[in-house]
Amino acid sequence: MGREELLKKEITVTVNGETFTKSVSCNKTLLSFLRDDLYLTGTKEGCGEGECGACTVIMDGKPVNSCLVLAVEAGGHEILTIEGLSRNGELHPIQEAFIRHQGIQCGFCTPGMIMSAKALLDRNPHPTEEEIKDAISGNLCRCTGYKPIINAVKDVAERGEKR
Amino acid sequence: MSNSYIGKSIPRMESFEKVTGIAKYVHDMALPGMLYAKILTSPHAHARIVSIDKSEAEKLPGVKAVLVGSELPYKLGLYLIDKDILAKGKVRYQGEAVAAVAAESEEIARRAIELIKVEYEPLTPVFDPVEAIQEDAPLVHEDLGSYDYMKGVFNPIAGTNIANHFKLRKGDVEKGFKDSYRIFENEYTMPQVNHVPLETHAVIAEWTKSGRINIYTSAQSPFAVRNLMSIAFKIPHSKIHVRVPYVGGGFGGKAGIHLEPLAACLSKKAGGRPVKIVASREEEFNTIPSRQGLTARIKTGVSEEGRVLAQEIVYYWDAGAYADYGVNIGRASGYSGAGPYEIENVKLDSYTIYTNHPFGTAYRGFGHVEFFWAIERQMDIIARELGIDPYEFRMKNLLKPGSITITGEKIRENTGRVDKCLKTVVEAIEWGEQKTEEEKQEEFKKGKVTGKGFAVLHKAPAMPTFTSCSAIIKFNEDGSVNVVVSGVDYGQGTYTALAQIAAEVLKMPIEKVHMVWECDTDTGPYDWQTVASRFTFMGGNAIIKAAHDAIDQMKEVASAVLRAPKDELEIGNEKIYVKHNPDEFLTYREVAMGYTYPNGNSIGGPIIGRGKYIAQGLTNLDPETGQGLPALDWTYGAHAVEIEVDVRTGELELKKVVSAFDVGKVVNKLLCEGQVVGGVVQGIGTSLYEGFVYTPDGRLLTNSFTDYKIPTSKDIPDVVEPLFVETPQLDGPFGARGVAEHPMISVHAAIGNAIYNAIGVDIMELPITSERIWRAIKEKERRDQRAKTLKG
Ligand code: FES
Ligand code: FES
Repeated sequence: MGREELLKKEITVTVNGETFTKSVSCNKTLLSFLRDDLYLTGTKEGCGEGECGACTVIMDGKPVNSCLVLAVEAGGHEILTIEGLSRNGELHPIQEAFIRHQGIQCGFCTPGMIMSAKALLDRNPHPTEEEIKDAISGNLCRCTGYKPIINAVKDVAERGEKR
Repeated sequence: MSNSYIGKSIPRMESFEKVTGIAKYVHDMALPGMLYAKILTSPHAHARIVSIDKSEAEKLPGVKAVLVGSELPYKLGLYLIDKDILAKGKVRYQGEAVAAVAAESEEIARRAIELIKVEYEPLTPVFDPVEAIQEDAPLVHEDLGSYDYMKGVFNPIAGTNIANHFKLRKGDVEKGFKDSYRIFENEYTMPQVNHVPLETHAVIAEWTKSGRINIYTSAQSPFAVRNLMSIAFKIPHSKIHVRVPYVGGGFGGKAGIHLEPLAACLSKKAGGRPVKIVASREEEFNTIPSRQGLTARIKTGVSEEGRVLAQEIVYYWDAGAYADYGVNIGRASGYSGAGPYEIENVKLDSYTIYTNHPFGTAYRGFGHVEFFWAIERQMDIIARELGIDPYEFRMKNLLKPGSITITGEKIRENTGRVDKCLKTVVEAIEWGEQKTEEEKQEEFKKGKVTGKGFAVLHKAPAMPTFTSCSAIIKFNEDGSVNVVVSGVDYGQGTYTALAQIAAEVLKMPIEKVHMVWECDTDTGPYDWQTVASRFTFMGGNAIIKAAHDAIDQMKEVASAVLRAPKDELEIGNEKIYVKHNPDEFLTYREVAMGYTYPNGNSIGGPIIGRGKYIAQGLTNLDPETGQGLPALDWTYGAHAVEIEVDVRTGELELKKVVSAFDVGKVVNKLLCEGQVVGGVVQGIGTSLYEGFVYTPDGRLLTNSFTDYKIPTSKDIPDVVEPLFVETPQLDGPFGARGVAEHPMISVHAAIGNAIYNAIGVDIMELPITSERIWRAIKEKERRDQRAKTLKG
């Protein structure tokens, strides 16, 4: 037990606008911190090895695979997860577009996919199709064939809806 | 309000839950006191387990249960009971589960696993299915002869590696070959591939001291899980409770039964605490079953005019180490294994063969993706050799109303039209004038050559003759309904289609139809399995019946209250009214829980509609000839593709895929198109990238996303165009048929055919990697060169 205590560290991190101070083990991933400590299970684990993108969250404006980031590394940073995207029950335009185009089937890749799309549109509101494909190329989806997802992102860009 | 929902493009009803992260999967769940389990797997493909020492693991603080195979006197299986929960006596594939630990945390379980010592004595493995059926091949299951199986349907051969031999005999092939103008013989192969659901298999199970087993699982078929566990553990069905929340993709890989029994046994050993097992991605590839591999040998005899006169087919399925589900893939591919063609003389043998590979199970297409690679490449090769256009050639031979299938089934007007599907896609890619030799040479010199190709497909649900399902429609106090079914919507969108059907029949707004999301064997109505693209068809029919039952009950009440005979009552706008006097009505809400007269008298009671559907008229097939009726409905389809090949690198670019399916009736276009686009892209994975690769001693090399590539957003064609033909299925709900699996079938063959069309090389093995294309080009250049030299 004592050894494990030693391997713990206190971090302060802002998640979806709320600041948390927690003691976490040094080998805990940000993904596990979000899911197991904060109960934000919207962020998924598809591989745990940085290869599928299901765990994508936005850290200081950039998309990251939260399974590759240690919780202690996230200390002092700002994290946005899928749970922080809709406000007061109102969906973000990207979420709405995913519904319109049905860029969703089983839904397991969806949170990560939406976060990658959000990070893209935040830094490049009018991406080309190639740029969209690039931005989500690290997010695997086995169900949709990507077309409806790409169309959803294009649609948001064309409508110029922002938030 | 006639036909207001059927045919509408309505987004999935659970969309909000999924785009916000609210939807809960088993991965996301935890129960109080829950333990975490890890599995120790075999490093050998085939080895005797000499000893297992788990004492160190058991001593580790926080470890609550350690299990090995010898403690588990159970056997499991869907059609053939050949599986142990943990390997017993010997291991049959690298990656097989040998021991398991349940502990307070994943970390502790992982450390405990490392403390288990297993001594193995390697045995000679067998990997190639064709070798595995030779006389002297090592046996994967020495005790096959003692295994239980579904009698009258399957045919395991004791003392061999043949888990099932399906035989089909129609007409006289020898005579057919004798009458043939030419005969073509070829071999085609396809490796094993993985389903790759984004959510790996996950389960939480508790085996309470009172003898009940409670399970949350990412399964496609809650009732199958319950049934198989009941049989294996000899526990009454009523004591097993299976619940399925959201499931992150299945594609067949979550049908049958997987980690549930292991989690339950660990729980029992840990004194009843719930145990959670989540497969790692590596285990998903290496331990959980994948799709079987196939070697296909086809001999086809044709007349000079291009009629197929005889076909002799042998399918050698690489079932891997277990075949409890795999045997039915061999069977289904047997009875439909000549494709949608009318052929008078057919001899077909489909062998499901044990090897020391990870084992196979259902995967979208259920054998048809595999054998259509062979059938549709073969058809193109024959047409070309005969000098007949491959479209014309197929049109001469395709099934049409009046044709007899290879099992003796008569195709009817309402069966569906494969010829129309083919015509649709061929027109869409403007197939016609072919390039001249000069034009081809010119393109070749430029380095990039374009080509076109196409292929047809068919598939019927592969299921036992007695497959059934049921549905319940419960009215709520406010006149809305809850619809309860036990097929699982793991992404296909079936629940939305079923809600449309319910709303249509009940003539009420779809917003008032709530599909109960979590499947629950304690409270939900029975359904066999969610597989085989049968859920919309059978579930839809059950819901229609449940809705009529509910309507009938409401009319009963309304008849008394309105003092009108039942048959003069009509429904609409959530009301039951008198046909000739619509002002005389009761609302659904007024009768939902029973009608109350002004003086307080009440009649009726809560309205609960019941509906059921059982497959009709299916027969077991004759064991010697395979004749009979195996198919509830046939969904036909065709794909056509346009490609470009870089002749210097072998790189292939898929420019366009057009696909057409005779779905009978499109219930929801948006969702149907989604199934097609998703299925086509999955088919592209099988075509171009995916396949298990092993070391010579049978260790799987492709057990992570680094080594096993599935299509990404950058690998999809510019255009994927879904088209539909509608030949109503008379016994389908509103004429509809299933279309979940079909989009994946035959994509590869269309691409293979287009490659020949572009550069004149035949690819016979999947996947069609750039390297394979490049090698084929080099080989052709060498051949052409040699021919030239010889001539010169
Ligand atoms: S779970 Fe992080 S990339 Fe797959
Ligand atoms: S929707 Fe299932 S993986 Fe993308």
